[in-house]
Amino acid sequence: MTILVHPMRVLSLLVVTLLALGAAPLAADVRTDAKKQIEFGISVAQRGLWREAIYRWERAAQIDPTYAAAQNNLAIAYEHEGDLDKARAAYEKALELEPNNAFIKQNYELFKEINDRTSRQDTQ
Amino acid sequence: MTARAARILSSLVAVVLTAACTSYYEIPIETPIRPKLDVSAFQRVLVAGFISGGTDDVDGNLETTRLLRSQLRTKSEMRVIDTDVLPLMDVAAEGQGTEKAIETTPAGVPAPIKDDKDLEPYEHLFADVAYWKKVGEEYQQPLIVTGTVMFAPQQRAGIVQRDQEVYDSLGRRRVVPTRTYMERKGYVLKPRFVFIDGRTGAVLHSENFREEILYNANQTTPALSSYFELMDRLIPSFLSTLSSQKIKGTRVLLQ
Repeated sequence: MTILVHPMRVLSLLVVTLLALGAAPLAADVRTDAKKQIEFGISVAQRGLWREAIYRWERAAQIDPTYAAAQNNLAIAYEHEGDLDKARAAYEKALELEPNNAFIKQNYELFKEINDRTSRQDTQ
Repeated sequence: MTARAARILSSLVAVVLTAACTSYYEIPIETPIRPKLDVSAFQRVLVAGFISGGTDDVDGNLETTRLLRSQLRTKSEMRVIDTDVLPLMDVAAEGQGTEKAIETTPAGVPAPIKDDKDLEPYEHLFADVAYWKKVGEEYQQPLIVTGTVMFAPQQRAGIVQRDQEVYDSLGRRRVVPTRTYMERKGYVLKPRFVFIDGRTGAVLHSENFREEILYNANQTTPALSSYFELMDRLIPSFLSTLSSQKIKGTRVLLQ
């Protein structure tokens, strides 16, 4: 029995296959690029250069919006800069991406303790 | 690829991913907390004095005024005005209206304040805009800090859980929690800080605090050292009203 396949169908199947094959390395590249920014951010934050660290981690979050570490680190940097609203948003985003990450949970709890303390003072 | 090979590969990926996720770095941070009050309009601060009571062992008015002035001198950018403590109890007694009357001694001076109820007749003083405006004019319109301070002894008896050291027959030390009935005594400190605009005489902000300390009944701790111990706990909150504070902590950066 001979099965006749339309050449256009073969072409579109080929394109879909190639796209699917290409997507995985692309995602890996994105994560690698974001990770480079994260690493650089960590090294400058350790030297006290928090603004540069924020720039790097914001870049990482742009490159890979699913990277929880970028949001976690950004939250810490915002906290250090006193931008508590931005810090809360970044922690919440990080937890949304990795709800079971113990480190992010711990950071967020410590942040909330400070934030609650200041808001408690405001209402006194 | 067999099913077994696929399982091995997926668990290998999971291990690699977990290892990658646990790359972390502890980092110290200092979170700046903005002051609750915008005091940029004031170059000077006057800690005017307090209506105080509770015990004769500590003069809550003088001690609180001294302590806050010294703290503000080192931890605030405003210039602290050095002047005599204002006789606020007498001022309140003179200026009282139809509110609850302030009790006086046969000598005509306000009676000692023993509990929170005794403070109520003095509350009108802080809302006396004309008086505070006059004080403000006298001291070149500073930020005025005043309020009430209740520092009173307290006693409490009940079951307390404590850690006790025990040694077994082999001489090994263990700490076990034990519950014992104890009579304890100490002090309770309840200050209310009122911040007044020396330009208008109006109250800008007020805060209430409560701290207490209890010791074994047989322990003798001077009232003044208990007072300072309790004030030490409140000072950061008091200062955070006027100047930005930094809270130190540690966070975990992830890779």
